[in-house]
Amino acid sequence: MNIVNFTPITALSGGLLIGLSVALFFIFNGRMIGISGIASNFLISKDNRIENFLFLFGLILGPLIYNQITDREINISISSSLILLVTGGVLVGFGTRLSSGCTSGHGISGISRFSLRSIIATITFMIVGILTVLITGSL
Amino acid sequence: MNKIVSLLCGIIFGIGLVISEMINPEKVLGFLNIFRDWDPSLAFVMIGALVVSTSTFHLFKNKKKPLFSSNFLISSNKEVDKKLIIGSVFFGAGWGLIGLCPGPAITSLALLNMNSALFVTSMFVGFYLALKIN
Repeated sequence: MNIVNFTPITALSGGLLIGLSVALFFIFNGRMIGISGIASNFLISKDNRIENFLFLFGLILGPLIYNQITDREINISISSSLILLVTGGVLVGFGTRLSSGCTSGHGISGISRFSLRSIIATITFMIVGILTVLITGSL
Repeated sequence: MNKIVSLLCGIIFGIGLVISEMINPEKVLGFLNIFRDWDPSLAFVMIGALVVSTSTFHLFKNKKKPLFSSNFLISSNKEVDKKLIIGSVFFGAGWGLIGLCPGPAITSLALLNMNSALFVTSMFVGFYLALKIN
């Protein structure tokens, strides 16, 4: 194993902001953030629909505001084929709804509450993610 | 007021994903590539987030109610069942395949990237399928 591209300072600072967002949402609105839950509830449930929409809208505003303030370009690279993108998207959507949480809902909010369900979910999707990269990287 | 908080929290979360570069699937795949060239950054994102959210949650969880809402709405489900495990396996496979999870996927729509738009659309189809079978 080699350590590459490690960016501990920006990772930690970004993480603190994500934690701040979860903390404020809990103190003021009384809910723990889970983005797969917010996104799917926005579609199917009338409860808190406006709040859920505004949160998702805020997520999308985030990069635009960052870009305005810092004048830095945000570069992302998605090199997967269209079939893989559709497969991956369906797997992520289906899996997070079946298990009621994703990286934010289980990985951050659930672990913050010391929820055993979330700890087990996080370990599971991390291991499967690592194995998937191991397999696809060997093809 | 809680609508303003929702919008602000979304913005802060989105900026957090940008600064930590978790919006970039390559960074996430680098973290999952633990047996070859490993980028540990995602672990530091988790540590940063967990320090703030864990301490805040346990400081405020025994308050009567949140500041701008009538009651706390926290999952009471404690059951470790098949759905939790199978769902997490499916999610982990999709995550490892592309390097996107729901938060970064939705946030990356800001960049008008057609690949992330296709991923998000497929993700909503996945939400729908899971709700159908439940």
